[in-house]
Amino acid sequence: MSPRVRAWLGFGLGAVVLFAAAPALLTDFRLSLLAKYLCFAIVAVGIGLAWGRGGLLTLGQGVFFGLGGYAMAMHLKLADAGEGDMPDFMQLYGQLDELPAWWAPFANPVFALAATVLLPMLVAFGLGSLVFRRRVRGAYFAILSQALAAAMVILLIGQQGTTGGTNGLTDIEGFFGYDLDDPVNQRMVYFIIAGVLLALLALTRQLMHSRYGELLVAVRDSEERVRFLGYNPANVKLVAYVVAAGMAGLAGALFVPAVGIISPALIGIVPSIEFVIGVAVGGRAALLGPVLGAVAVAWAKTALSERFPGTWTYLQGAMFVLVVAFLPGGLASLWGLVKRRREAAVPPAPPAEQPVLVKEAAA
Amino acid sequence: MTVILGQLFTGVSIGAVLLLIALGLALTFGQMNVINMAHGEFIMAGAYTTYVLQQTITDAGLSLLVALPIAFAVAGAMGVLLEWALIRRLYTRPLDTLLVTWGVSLMLQQLARDVFGAPNVQTAAPDILTESTSLGADLSIANSRLFILGLVVLAVAALTAALKFTPLGRRIRAVVQNRDLAAVSGIPTGRVDRLTFFIGSGLAGVAGVALTLLGPIGPTMGTNIIIDAFLVVVVGGIGQLKGSVIVAFVLGMLQAMVEYLTTLSVAKVIVFIAIVAFLQWRPQGLFTLRTRSLA
Repeated sequence: MSPRVRAWLGFGLGAVVLFAAAPALLTDFRLSLLAKYLCFAIVAVGIGLAWGRGGLLTLGQGVFFGLGGYAMAMHLKLADAGEGDMPDFMQLYGQLDELPAWWAPFANPVFALAATVLLPMLVAFGLGSLVFRRRVRGAYFAILSQALAAAMVILLIGQQGTTGGTNGLTDIEGFFGYDLDDPVNQRMVYFIIAGVLLALLALTRQLMHSRYGELLVAVRDSEERVRFLGYNPANVKLVAYVVAAGMAGLAGALFVPAVGIISPALIGIVPSIEFVIGVAVGGRAALLGPVLGAVAVAWAKTALSERFPGTWTYLQGAMFVLVVAFLPGGLASLWGLVKRRREAAVPPAPPAEQPVLVKEAAA
Repeated sequence: MTVILGQLFTGVSIGAVLLLIALGLALTFGQMNVINMAHGEFIMAGAYTTYVLQQTITDAGLSLLVALPIAFAVAGAMGVLLEWALIRRLYTRPLDTLLVTWGVSLMLQQLARDVFGAPNVQTAAPDILTESTSLGADLSIANSRLFILGLVVLAVAALTAALKFTPLGRRIRAVVQNRDLAAVSGIPTGRVDRLTFFIGSGLAGVAGVALTLLGPIGPTMGTNIIIDAFLVVVVGGIGQLKGSVIVAFVLGMLQAMVEYLTTLSVAKVIVFIAIVAFLQWRPQGLFTLRTRSLA
């Protein structure tokens, strides 16, 4: 089977599972949970591109998820409040006489929708172009991206009057005129999310198989060599980072109608790093690894953390340690390992392929 | 004038806490290039050590003094265990080290929650440290802040002296500057790594003892402070201590000044922007070891 045929088959299978099997088999409650997990999966696709293919460990995807989520939530809150009225929480805190100027444009649905993707991309472009151009890389970049998440959360909590503070933006009732309490509309939101995920997967596959994708892997494995060949690694990395940020923003925007809330607790340091866990477990460099990993980890968290909150934390930590330390390719690499071992058992073995482990340039 | 002086001292004391937390990192991250996200949990271990000791030794002053060396040993031992079990296998994969140690930090937090309970606990400070020293008209300084400043000066002096004059310090510097050459010269690099990690982690324990004077002790106390400390080392530059020392105090001052003019949350963001801007100018940090490597 040629890779192209396999990709189309996989794509078709994914569509059948997401659009036919899941809605038919799952209850409304389970389906809305799956919608939430798929939002995390969209973030994971971006992290897979930036980290798995590009070697950019971004520990601050929550920032972009949050920017997208807040942009969407601001619009929906304004739409809920109605023309010329302020969202409920602003009236509750009572510090403001009128809508803050930076809220006003979000009343326009086109502006808000564009902002959910463009705002995160803009922030990523700003930080990325400054940081990559000066060759700040590896762990330094990871720490900076994490510090960005910390700063964002502190800022959101500090500006309670206009951002809702620790509570975030809650009680979102409508979604462009559709009542979110209605299960049918919840189902519609699920279908939108599933469609976006499939579209982004297709886009990411194209990106990974393009010349750019080759270049990105080359930058990850040997940045200096790429530089000597005449490319600018900073631009290559910047594209991956900005694309990943846009995906996270879109995921955040879809998360809001699916779950009905966006708050600092969903976008801070800990959730940002939890996005990375799913990717690591599934397989950072594979296309589907991050998606399946993110869904599996999020599902395990819901299933276990309610009944055994303590045990789940241990398990989460242990999973992280074991997978990253001993199976850096994630579960997606297990198949390859098994296959190689089986081939190696048959004498005379052809020269074994180099293990496809993720190499990191020493910081 | 008084306001400026007051803010200046606030800045110095923020800087002192920052430096105390970052000092261990300056060793493990700065010298060994290991990103240990569990460092914050070693700080927590130091703080809980103080708490446990105060349950047995009721005298607050004595228990604090006893806690300093014991917390150093406890956190140091945890560090050695971590280095031996995981980190030494990952020296060539720094980003994976970051993630693995973050997993460890999650487990340590949960362990603290299981052993000591989820709510924060508090230790009693000795009377002398709860008072303030008055400096002129309406300027007074909390003694606990002075104690931390003194502790930091002592720790920096001791660490500098140890690195500069002792045989172990010489070996540590040799391994940092050229690991392969150190190894062929007969220096047991593995053992030096473990000792360096012991000292760096131990310093986190000492920082934990100091932090009990400033606030409550809780399972997640390490998570938030650790990022600031990493930033200090990143901006200060790898491979030496003086960068971290200067940067800790400069960032402390900046934070205090901006916070005075605006709010805490805005100050955090401005400090972050200042750091990114600074890295434009010096991407390798304030001071760097000169090497011929391209990276």
